Amino acid sequence: MDLDTLYREERPRALATLIRLLGDFDLAEDGLQEAFAAALEQWPAAGVPRNPRAWLVSTARHKAIDRVRRDKSLAAKQAEIAYLGEVAVPAPGLAEQPFTDDLMRLIFTCCHPALALEAQVALTLKTLCGLSVDEIARAFLVPPSTMAQRLVRAKAKIRGARIPYEVPGSDQLAERLDGVLRVVYLVFNEGYAATSGDALVRRELCNEAIRLGRLLRTLFPDASEVAGLLALTLLHDSRRAARLDERGDLVTLEEQDRSRWDRGQIAEGQALAEAALRRGGAGFYALQAAIAALHAQAVRAGETDWPQIAALYALLLRLHPSPVVALNHAAAVAMGERLDRGLRLIEQLEAGGELQSYHLLPAAKADILRRLGRRAEAAAAYERALELVTHEAERRYLERRLREVRSTP
Amino acid sequence: MKYLLLIYEKEADWAAIPEAEKGKIFQEYMDYSKRIRKSGNYIGGEALQPVSTATTVRVKNGKTLTTDGPFAETREQLGGFFLVDAKDLDEAIALAAGIPGSRTGSIEVRPIMPTPPVE
Repeated sequence: MDLDTLYREERPRALATLIRLLGDFDLAEDGLQEAFAAALEQWPAAGVPRNPRAWLVSTARHKAIDRVRRDKSLAAKQAEIAYLGEVAVPAPGLAEQPFTDDLMRLIFTCCHPALALEAQVALTLKTLCGLSVDEIARAFLVPPSTMAQRLVRAKAKIRGARIPYEVPGSDQLAERLDGVLRVVYLVFNEGYAATSGDALVRRELCNEAIRLGRLLRTLFPDASEVAGLLALTLLHDSRRAARLDERGDLVTLEEQDRSRWDRGQIAEGQALAEAALRRGGAGFYALQAAIAALHAQAVRAGETDWPQIAALYALLLRLHPSPVVALNHAAAVAMGERLDRGLRLIEQLEAGGELQSYHLLPAAKADILRRLGRRAEAAAAYERALELVTHEAERRYLERRLREVRSTP
Repeated sequence: MKYLLLIYEKEADWAAIPEAEKGKIFQEYMDYSKRIRKSGNYIGGEALQPVSTATTVRVKNGKTLTTDGPFAETREQLGGFFLVDAKDLDEAIALAAGIPGSRTGSIEVRPIMPTPPVE
């Protein structure tokens, strides 16, 4: 294993333990960076120590203490925290559990509900994933100074308001774990849903969300929603190569070249989705994963099990009622049962008025009308969707459909 | 009769004041609190940490909802306060969620600034 990969693997647990030992995110991050720089110098000649993580933690801790001694303003800050030097460093060769406990503390602190959601996301990407401020800023299309400020503020709140570095008790755990999953889901969607901005950074976000999902799965092997979220991200991500054409335009699920889907990821995602459903208590993520698995299973679009998908959406709608889920349900009903029944459901949603500015409502309606051969009405609905759409690739897709329904006799 | 004296000011303005000037104002606060201790008016008082450390707590259908930031609605008015000691923010949030007003209004949880004791 090369040193960068080794560092990447060891970093989250080493950092989590250091934050507990030092009581400060910045000191821990800077110390760990210095320790890794020292490792890059020493290890190639002297060899990798028997327990590289313990070596990194203890070296980083010494570097941090040196820094505090050199810097009086840091010392003042440290006096407030009064952690330094009181807690024992895990000994080399020590069991995995203390590090894992620290990692869980770090995850729950980064995703604490007293922090703004955007701050939770930024902090997770910075500390758990090790992304730089610039990378996170590029991914969220904000200036680096704004992102840096967001992180400074979040860390100041953790310190100032004393957000605990703890795994929540059993009465809080399920709810807090939901919060963690929401952050991972948001990271994935940010990387997956938008195609504007830096493509490499967006790809990185999807990879990080999957990596976080795998990590959570090792920490919470019995939680079906954890398995569900990992399955969902793997299954969506498996279509990455087929989602955009060579011009960067969005290719709909129906029109994607399914031979370009990542079969390995699909197999892993399907197994996880099935495990999540079998375990029971399938919620928001596990149900969506099951739907994604059904799509992934169809070799051709025409073979999609739409009735089953419609049934899963009905279940999802009952558990998590939302207009967007209702719209997906209506579209699945149109494909699986009858177009006119789906159309009626969409018209009911339209009348409800909750999705008036959501372009996918008229777009879905237009699609059904097009399949029904009602071209004039389809054209009007595509026009309405075009008034609302903001995403360029989606706009081009809708324009193409509009031309089709206008030109075909 | 007891009165609660609430201090409102612009945090940004305060942050922009040079350190020496801040020290002078801090001394003024110390002098003021000494004065009202001597006169027998003083009951208690604390400086709060900046609003960036605030958390707003509401309880809806038995579920505690927390939001980052201070209470920002103008439809509700300050109706009372509790000063509590808690081991961390989680305990403070739990205490806030126990206040009856958390079901009908909002509870702003603000950490107190650690200050040196006054002799």
